[in-house]
Formats: sequence, C-alpha cells, structure tokens
Amino acid sequence: MSTAAPYTTIIGLEVHVQLMTRTKLFCGCSTKFGGAPNTQVCPTCLGLPGSLPVMNRQAFDLALRAALALDCTIAPFTKWDRKNYFYPDLPKGYQISQFDLPFSSDGTLEVVDPKGAFEPRRVGIIRVHLEEDAGKSMHDEAAGTGDTRIDLNRAGTPLCEIVTQPDLRSPQESRAWLNELKLLLVYLGVSDCNMQEGSLRVDANVNLHIPQADGRVAKTPIVEIKNMNSFRSVERALVYEAARQWEEWQATKAEMGKTPKQTRGWDDPAGITRAQRHKEESSDYRYFPEPDLVPVTVTAEQIASIRGEMREPPVSLRKSLASKWTISAYDADVLVNQGRELVDYFEDLATRVGEGKVASNWMQQDVLRILNDTNSTVTAFPIRPAGLADLIGRVVKGDFDTSRGREIFAEMVTSGRPVDEVVASMGISAVSDDDVLALCRELLAANPKIVADVKSGKEQAAAGLIGQAKKKNPNVNPGKVRATCIDLIRAME
Amino acid sequence: MQPLEMSAVDLVAALRQGDITAVQCTTVFLDRIEATNGTINAFLTVDREGSLVRAADIDARRKAGKPLGALAGLPVALKDVLCTNDMPTTCASKMLKGFRPPYDADVVARLRQADAVFVGKTNMDEFAMGGSNENSAFGPVRNPWDLSRAPGGSSGGSAACVAADMAPVAIGSDTGGSIRQPAGLCGITGLKPTYGRVSRRGLVAFASSLDQIGPMARSAADCALIMETIAGHDPGDSTSLSVDVPRYTDLLDKPLSGVRIGRVPEHYAEGLDPEVAKGVEEAFAVLKAAGATVHDVQLPHAKYGIPTYYLIAPCEASSNLARYDGAHYGHRAEPGGHAKKAGGFESPLVEMYCRSRAEGFGPEVKRRIMLGTYALSAGYYDAYYAKALRVRRLIRQDYLDAFQSVDLVGGPVSATPAFKLGEKTDDPLAMYLVDLYTVGTNLAGVGGISFPCGFTKSGLPIGFQLQAPPLAEPLLLQAADRFQRLTDWHRRRPKAAGEVKA
Amino acid sequence: MTTPPQPLTAKDVAKVGLLARLALSESDLERMTGELSKIVGFVSMLGEVDTSDVAPLAHPLDTQNVFRDDVPAASLSTAEALQSAPRHDGACFLVPAVLGDSGAA
Repeated sequence: MSTAAPYTTIIGLEVHVQLMTRTKLFCGCSTKFGGAPNTQVCPTCLGLPGSLPVMNRQAFDLALRAALALDCTIAPFTKWDRKNYFYPDLPKGYQISQFDLPFSSDGTLEVVDPKGAFEPRRVGIIRVHLEEDAGKSMHDEAAGTGDTRIDLNRAGTPLCEIVTQPDLRSPQESRAWLNELKLLLVYLGVSDCNMQEGSLRVDANVNLHIPQADGRVAKTPIVEIKNMNSFRSVERALVYEAARQWEEWQATKAEMGKTPKQTRGWDDPAGITRAQRHKEESSDYRYFPEPDLVPVTVTAEQIASIRGEMREPPVSLRKSLASKWTISAYDADVLVNQGRELVDYFEDLATRVGEGKVASNWMQQDVLRILNDTNSTVTAFPIRPAGLADLIGRVVKGDFDTSRGREIFAEMVTSGRPVDEVVASMGISAVSDDDVLALCRELLAANPKIVADVKSGKEQAAAGLIGQAKKKNPNVNPGKVRATCIDLIRAME
Repeated sequence: MQPLEMSAVDLVAALRQGDITAVQCTTVFLDRIEATNGTINAFLTVDREGSLVRAADIDARRKAGKPLGALAGLPVALKDVLCTNDMPTTCASKMLKGFRPPYDADVVARLRQADAVFVGKTNMDEFAMGGSNENSAFGPVRNPWDLSRAPGGSSGGSAACVAADMAPVAIGSDTGGSIRQPAGLCGITGLKPTYGRVSRRGLVAFASSLDQIGPMARSAADCALIMETIAGHDPGDSTSLSVDVPRYTDLLDKPLSGVRIGRVPEHYAEGLDPEVAKGVEEAFAVLKAAGATVHDVQLPHAKYGIPTYYLIAPCEASSNLARYDGAHYGHRAEPGGHAKKAGGFESPLVEMYCRSRAEGFGPEVKRRIMLGTYALSAGYYDAYYAKALRVRRLIRQDYLDAFQSVDLVGGPVSATPAFKLGEKTDDPLAMYLVDLYTVGTNLAGVGGISFPCGFTKSGLPIGFQLQAPPLAEPLLLQAADRFQRLTDWHRRRPKAAGEVKA
Repeated sequence: MTTPPQPLTAKDVAKVGLLARLALSESDLERMTGELSKIVGFVSMLGEVDTSDVAPLAHPLDTQNVFRDDVPAASLSTAEALQSAPRHDGACFLVPAVLGDSGAA
C-alpha cells in the first residue's frame, strides 16, 4: 500500500450476508425487515423446549450460489454444528453453524480498480458457510443500569459467512473489495446486501508487517474490529487502526503471539476503535455436531444445474459488455457497478439505438446523473429504453441538437411523457431541410463579410451565423446551419 | 370386566360399541388417580375438568354418528416431557414449574387427532435424567408393587400409573432405558421404537441423538395399538423417518416359528441378580416353546455402553439445556447482591444466568451439564466426546453384526428388581449402572421392548428385554405378544396399589 | 486414547461452572469436584478400546438431505411468544443489563 509507510497493513475480512429467502433458516417465520418486535417468531426460533429445526432448501441453494460465484470448492458432504454460548439474543444457548465441514471452501474474488488506484488484488476465500442469525438486543443508554430488551424477529435468519484470507493490503482496497463482493451477491440474487437493515455485516482482522533492520519481519498482534456499519466506516476504521498499531508498536514493540487476539469496536462518531473486554472463557464454544439436523450431500449434477441458472457475474459482464458494445473498459465498469437492472436497461437501449457508444454516453451523462441527483434506481426511472432510444435517434438524425435534446430529456423525466408530446408542449418543431436552406440563404445575403471570410478559407467565421440563425428560429440545428452555409458558399465559387 | 382392568384394545372396542361412554371411562380412571396419586405420586398434573369435557365431546360426536379417531375415548397419560398446549409441561423441574408451551408435541397432536383423552402429565426424573424417578423436583414416585421402592426412571410416573391402574396407557420417552427399565421394574410393557420412528418434535430434548418416544401399557398388543397412532413421518422433525407405518395390531398373529433370538452370555456376568437371571432364562424357554430358536451372540463392546452413554448424553444435554437460562421462559432468580459481592459475576446478566440455573436445576441435572460441558470443552473434546462417538460406532456395529445371525436379541432389562428409594441416591455412578442393559439400544438407534417375565419371591416384577434391528417393531411386538399369550405375568396387579385407596 | 486424565481440580470445575452458567457455592464446588473426578475416571475406561481406525458416529441415522420449502408458516402472536417470559414489556423480553460487548457471532 502506501509507499511512504514503513509497514504493510495485512487485512482479512469476515462478512455475514443475509440470504434472500422468504422464511428463516429453520422455521417458517418471515424474514421481512422492520416488523414490530417479536411478531415473526415461533417455538423453533424462540428456542422453546422441544422445538426442532428443519433446513430451508432455498437458503441452502442461495448459499451454494454464492460459494460457486466465489469460485469455492463445494464439499460433497456437509453438516451443521452447535456453537455454544450464552447470550439473550440467542434463545437456544447455541447457534447452529458450521465448524469442521463447511459446505464450501477455498475460493477467490478479485478486485480491480479501473482508475488504477491499486494493483488488481486477488483475495482468497477461506470458507463460506451457512448459519443462523441471532436476535436483536437493545441496550439501555445508561449502560449497566437498565434492562436489555430482546427482539427475536431476526433470530434464525439465514446468513452466509464469508471469511477471506489476510490478502488485502490497504483500507481503500478493502472497501473496494467489499463493493465488489456486494455487487456480485446482489447480481446473483443471493442477498440485497442492505447494510442499514443488517443484511450485510463486516468484521475485519488487521495487523502490520514491519520489516526490521536484521531482515526479519515483525508482526503486530492481530486485532479484530467490529461494529462497522458501512463500507466507508470499514475503510475509516482500518485507516485508524493501522495508525494506532503503528504507534503502539513504536511504544511497546509487542508482537503477535505474545498477547492474545484483541477485539476492538469501531466508534463511528468518535472515529476511533476501542478495546472490548476480553473474556477468557468466551472463545470456548464447545462445537459439536447438531443432532437435530441431518447432513447434506451435494452432487456434481446439482452444482452444474445451479451454475446453469446463475446469471453472468460482474467480473465477466464488464468484459463482455465492453466488447459487445465497443465501449471503454471504464464505461463498462461504471455501468456494471450500478447493478444488473441498469445493465439490462443499457443493453435494451443500446440495441434500439444501434450504437453502444452513443447509448453509453447518454447513460453515463444523463441517466446516471438524474439517478444520482434523485437518489433513485433505474427501475423507477420514468423514461423507459424505448422512449429514450426514440429521443436519441432523433438527435442523431439531426432533428434536434444535443442541448435541445437534453432539454427534451429533462422534460420527459419530469413529465413522464414521450418525445412527441414533450416536443409539442415545448413548442419545438422539427425544422425541415428546405426551411434550413431558405434560412441560410437569407443569412448569407445579410452577411457578405462572413461569406468573404469563409471563401478565403476561414471556415470558423461561419460560427457568426449560428447565433443569428438561432434568433430567427430557435429550433434549428446549429451544426446543420453551419454545414449548409459552408456548402452554399462553396457552391458560389 | 371393570374398565380399570381392561386392556386398551378392549377399552377402545367397548367404547366403540357403546358398552361404556368416554365420560364413564374417564371418570373411572380419574377417580382411581384421585384415590392413589397421593401415595404413588405418578401424576404431576391431573386434568379432570379438561379430560371430562373432551370425553363428553367424544360421546356427543359418537352419538351424532360423526367419525371418531382410532383411540376415541381412551384415557392416556403423558410423561411431563411432552409439550401440551393445554397443560403445564415441567419436566419435573423447578426450572419449568408452571411452564405452558404454546404448542403440542407431534405425538400429542396425533393422539388428540385420534380422540384419546389426556388424563394428566406424569412424574419423571428431572429432564428425564435418572433411573429411579427420585430426581423429580416434585417428589419421587413410589413403585406400586412395593411402596418403599423406586419405580425406575426416568419414565417412572408413566410406568407406575399403568401398573397402578391409573391409566391404561402412558407415553414415555427413552434415552438410555427410560421406558424399558421402569416398565421392567413396574411389571408393565414398554416399547422404545427405532430412532426416528416417532417424531421428537415437542419432546423436551435430553440427548437428541438418543431420545425416542414410545408407548407404555399393560401388554404388547396395547403398545401396538398406540404405535399405530404415534408413529410416522413428521416433516417438522428432520430426524423423523419417512417410512410407512405398518398395521402393528394386524401383524401380531404371525407365529414365532423360525424366529432366531440371540442370547448374550456376557449378560450373565457378575452383578446380575440370580432371581432375575432365572426369570430371564425361563423367558427364553417360553419363547422356544413358541417356536423361536435361541442362539448365543456376542456384543463385544456392550460393557462400554455405560461410559459411552455417560459422555454422549451429557454432552448433548449440556447444550440442550442451555436454553433454560431465565431469559425467555422458566425460572429466573430474583436479583440479589450476595453473589456479586462475593466477586463472582461480570454483569447482572451473567449473575442472573448463573443463579437462575443454580436454583432451577436439581443436583443430577447439574452434574450432567457440568460433565457434558467439561467433555466438550477445549482440550478434552477428542479424549472424551470424540472417543465416545468412535466407541458408539463399534457398539452399533456389534448390533448390526449380531442381527446378521439372529432376528432379535433377548436378555434382562435391569440387573436387579426394583431397588429401595434412597438406596442409590448418594452414589451417582451406582445409579448410572442401572442402564447397563438398555443403553446399547439407544446408542445403536435400534428398537427394544421390555415386558414382565416373572416375579421375585418377594413379589417384585422381573423384566425381559428384546432388541431388534431398525424398524423391526412388528417383530418385537409380535414376540412380546406371543409371550403374553403363553404367560400371565403381565396380567398380575400389584396388591400394594390396591391397598392405597384414600 | 490420549494421556489418561488428571483428576479435576476445584479450579477446573469452577471454570466449567462459569462456562455452563451454573453458580456453585464453595461446598457445591467441593462436592462437584469429587463427583466429576469419579465419573471422569470411570468413563476414561473407554481408553482401553482401540478406535484408531474407527470414525466417530454422531448420529444413529444414515438419512441425509432433509429440507423444507421456503414457504411462510404461521408465527405465534407476541402475547403467546411472551407468555412465559419472566419479564417483558408487552413487546420485548427484558433481561438484566448485558454490560460490555455483544457476544453475537
């Protein structure tokens, strides 16, 4: 990373992603976000005596899809284990998770920065496994005094846990990688990755590698950072933590292995990480095979069938989009990063317009600007591809110039009406070739000086005619006026 | 014949024919419970009002000619480990005193569907942990054959209530012998089905890979009748087998000729009471007379059954019982400062957890939670839990090998007849050994049945056990029924119970 | 089997007690240490069995691949969910203050 720093920052991420199922992992309760507390609960997710889990097939299939997209090896045989710990948002006293036989392992996801801010980074995935979420604890602000309130609506929601190798080398790179992961999972319909609703959560493990004078590399103790609620806070927390570790190293020279792994919480408003109390016994989870579930086997045929149903992931879509529509890698990247719906819109538009580059320009300069300004998505965009293609076609044909086209575009967005109606309502009428010819003759007759200048080779002098033409008829296409005037002057010679 | 003395099969027939109404039948048993429960303590909850309402409804429907379930009007007692949405479910623990589940166990729902009448919930060892029913938070059950003795456990209340004619049928659960051992000590018939044959949903878990629900009644024929209702696939239990349920009652008439029964010489090692050994040998003779052949078989790892069981069951239990922490239901300790001052707890929450569990659980439950927690903890998992799982495979293989050469394996249920109350309570290990002959069945996941095969000179029942390959319940029931057609041990009623009328 | 187990100390038992969330008094601790040592000593007889080529058997069933469809089923009412709660506010379960960090995975 930063060439100035006398150390390398080593980062590994642990990401929990909520799978897009209608019901929980082990019972038929809804996973919908935002319900009144304890309205989406049943004996199973309340952990009532005698209740039993039954695995949601869709959750398993979605998890499988995620693992395949991350290039993981799928285990032919997988089972679930109990992770035992006491916490009031975990009503059974154990979480059903996967320990020694996760359903997938050993994958990879690469992140490339199109602007070249960092080298392409291939990040190894140690494992992807399927587990249940806990409920929600709401703590009293005056910590230690009031009650904690427990809502179990979330308990039992299916989660994919994705654990990376410590392959990331900077906070910026980590944030970019998370964006790429999120994009991938959203493309594949695995998760909505909505961080506000807790559908995607990130913990980061970070330490520093510091080359020593004797050639040895000193490694600072690994710190796990929790409580980061946006990718931006992940980046900020990592920046802070690397600096903090560097300072600590200079003061203590403490190396990995000599102190236990520390957990620190990110305090977003304060912009710092704080040490969380370490409990000696808290890591003894006493995993053992979950006797209430049976193992799952996955065949090569199942894998092939799921692969067959999967849509193209962003990484290959960027390449195929660029070559299919002859647009730049940068433009393809921008389009793909906006999500699958926008790409679908673009491809529809490009097909109708017949030219990828033109469609891409309109997407980037006009459609995306409006979407960003209004913080909206393409599915809610009032102009559908057919309508926009109509407008672009007429601009290309020369019915309107580009700036006139933009005015029409803006009015189409506001009114939601098609090109013709907008043109009519704005009093814009297309100018015929004969009208242009007549107008140009009139202008040339009134401007002998310009005619002479052009004749003597100063074609730029024709620009003086454009303003006059616009005054006489605001609907004329300036380019056309210019070209027609020059043609007429040359014909005089 | 009086309803109290009738078999479940005959009662159902009498009810169907209108010889007796459901209200009459229920009343007879409720009165019997009222008269004897003060002494026997077999029931923790008696639902007089509810059961009479239900019985009246069944009578009304019968009168109106509406279709009725297979057990219409039959009184049934439920071990208090089965969730019922209309009665408390306590597992005989202070932890769940007064707890009312918002749902019915699958077996309870099936029995309701069959129009059985639940007279109440029976006493047991706390959370089904024990072999004497002395671990109940609500007092021990007394053996109807000798009130100074234990009925066995953990389904002691279910066994005693059938033996004392308080219900014709009871439902029990068996994790290491908890149906068969009390059935043997109380002189009744109890079936522990193949793992997965009966849904565990709504059975409060003790050790999930070992627990199985089964019927306890006066005869194998009655057990067969109940099995037709409670067995079957439940999509709500991932470990429930998706296999059709046979008409067990129709298969009873097959003769035993040609059936090969294994006899395990190791069963007769030291510790087996001579009177029990004699009763068991005589039972083999009866089965031979019925046409079966008897062959010696080996179960080489049988002696490791107890240590294997007492690792696996506590490990699973330590996790299964973690949910009883005072947070969402069950006993919660009132806030109190003493422990905190003693320097113990890192937060009010941890204090609440530790004290609620210390107050809510009895000594044996705590012992097993501690043992299981220890055996699963870092550094010990391989030496204890994983080791026990490996031996479990050997034990199961012993059974599968034995069933290559025989159809059933027979032998004693318990090494001794019913022991005195208090006799083993000071020595947890001695109590663990009462499961010696029964835990193998659970570890292997196969089925077993226990039924009376004689009495000691002092008048205590002796139990005989048959074990069968997976899903061979028809053969278990058929052999036990054939035995009961040739003997009358199962028809004997305890004098003690008759004398305890209020 | 690995090395035979050492007898449990009161310190071991106290640690297990905390893991299991069971408050143990001094006399509980003493009694429990003795009982657990005896039981652990007994179950250690499994060390006699050669299991070097034996895979663990966690479950008697050979069944695999049991799933349910992703179809919503009825939930309990909040009142039913809270009906046995020692303390609740009509919407949430109430527990004593947790203090410190979340233990959630």
